[in-house]
Amino acid sequence: MSEALAQSLVFGVLVGTIYGLAALGLSLVFGVTRFLNVSHGELLMYGGYASFWAFTLWGVDPYLTIPFSIIFLLLIGLVLYKLLFARMVRLPEETKIRNTLLIGFGLSLILQNIALRLWTADDRSIMAPYSGEALTLLGVRFPIVRLASVAIALVCFIALHQFLRRTYTGKAIRATVEDWEAAAMMGIDTNRVSQLAFVVGAALAGIAGTLVVISYSIEPSMGLDWTLIALIVMVLGGLGSIMGTLAGGIILGVSQAATSFFIGGNYREIVGLLIFLLVLILRPQGLFGYVEMNLKFARVLWHKLFGRKTAKAAEG
Amino acid sequence: MTSSATRQSSRSTWGKPMLEITHISAFYGDLQALWDISLTVKEGELVALVGPNGAGKTTTLRVITGLLRSPTGGIRFLGEPLDRVPPHRIVGQGISQVPEGGRVFSGMTVQENLELGAFVAGARKDRAQTMEWVFQIFPRLKERRTQRAGTLSGGERQMLAIGRGMMSKPRLLMLDEPSFGLAPILVEQMFEMITEINRQGVTILLIEQNVRAALELAHRAYVLENGRIVGQGHGEELLTFESVRSAYLA
Repeated sequence: MSEALAQSLVFGVLVGTIYGLAALGLSLVFGVTRFLNVSHGELLMYGGYASFWAFTLWGVDPYLTIPFSIIFLLLIGLVLYKLLFARMVRLPEETKIRNTLLIGFGLSLILQNIALRLWTADDRSIMAPYSGEALTLLGVRFPIVRLASVAIALVCFIALHQFLRRTYTGKAIRATVEDWEAAAMMGIDTNRVSQLAFVVGAALAGIAGTLVVISYSIEPSMGLDWTLIALIVMVLGGLGSIMGTLAGGIILGVSQAATSFFIGGNYREIVGLLIFLLVLILRPQGLFGYVEMNLKFARVLWHKLFGRKTAKAAEG
Repeated sequence: MTSSATRQSSRSTWGKPMLEITHISAFYGDLQALWDISLTVKEGELVALVGPNGAGKTTTLRVITGLLRSPTGGIRFLGEPLDRVPPHRIVGQGISQVPEGGRVFSGMTVQENLELGAFVAGARKDRAQTMEWVFQIFPRLKERRTQRAGTLSGGERQMLAIGRGMMSKPRLLMLDEPSFGLAPILVEQMFEMITEINRQGVTILLIEQNVRAALELAHRAYVLENGRIVGQGHGEELLTFESVRSAYLA
């Protein structure tokens, strides 16, 4: 019993880091641009299919397919940005969130159907020759494929964190997150910063997609689930906090695992939404985020989910 | 940063016009906020733009920096038209703006804020040197260097905002209400520091609600009311103007 519980919690942590990575791109994009791109889950799916193609067509090792999905998603991100999102940049914040939400919904339908055409509705995953191997510690199995995925996710977190802390471009991004008008006064071209954040966010979704197709499986309708996961983790961790996003992902993964173990697998989706609502009600700034930024977002979400009256009541 | 002569003696020997604004106006939707504003700032000057709340001071600034476009007239900086330059290019032209309330990046450290002030390519390579200059004028910022800007006091935050504006090595520094929200003793210090920056060769356009202090400080001043310029002259002369006296200094 206790071993089985430990096993399922360990799996929760392992999948949680991928949840965190899925949310990282969404959070970066939202923080910089205030675009709520609800087709983020579809972008993640395309990363998975990019790897699937590289693996089945050219026999590339699963982990070496990551550059393929990065490049694929950088391109998709750039096209979507130029075509659809660039013109949203100068709208007022609330309008921007609302409009990009609608664009994202439409986009997710289109992307889903293209995927259905290209890759059919079958579940796809890719198996490395070493897929079956696992380390065993105190009776708990650690499949090496999932451990490697965790390592890659961690590298992404650290790399983004260092990039934002140490480089001039990274600092310009953080400045734009805080106050884009003041950033423009410093000579920062905030349109370019938005574009950069958007394509990097897409690339991060792509990497997450590769990890999903290696460790789990993908299919064309998976996008919404992953968008929801990313949203929950983003709010849980707190906007603007990279390590908070990682922690949020792990918390969600572990809670899901514990719910499956104690109550049953059917309830694992519910726990995420429950956490989502509890955070919005009790700690809208998230666990680690900048208070003001997350509050604004939480307010808009309240508004969207529960209508005008409740939003007013919540604001007092 | 060659130091110029003292303010009093050099009054009549200003260099060529630096910023020339001629007949601009501004609208927020259908609402006209500025009527036929013309003003000139010459090289080395400290010019004040004063007037009550809502007179159009900040709006004038927004037109200069390209956040608002004027349908009439024009703006020239060092002889070049500034009308079609996007906001983020303004600073590269040599104009730095310190917005009302400072708007420092509070999640970032003092040093990071200053580094961002030197974001434009020309200023970036000299940033270590420029930062020493800023620290010489605001020694407090050096002590607070590694602290997050959000933890600074109001006065320190305003110093940081001005220091950040200096980091681009501007020819013209535009300050929007640097005394806003500061205790009277700090206001006096702040104005001394602004005078010092000007003495070191930076031309300054100062926007102030604190009319008396600004007029004492400035070489020349423009008085703005209801979106129109209603008076101009040398700072200390304006202090004796009947209309200014009765409106602001009574």
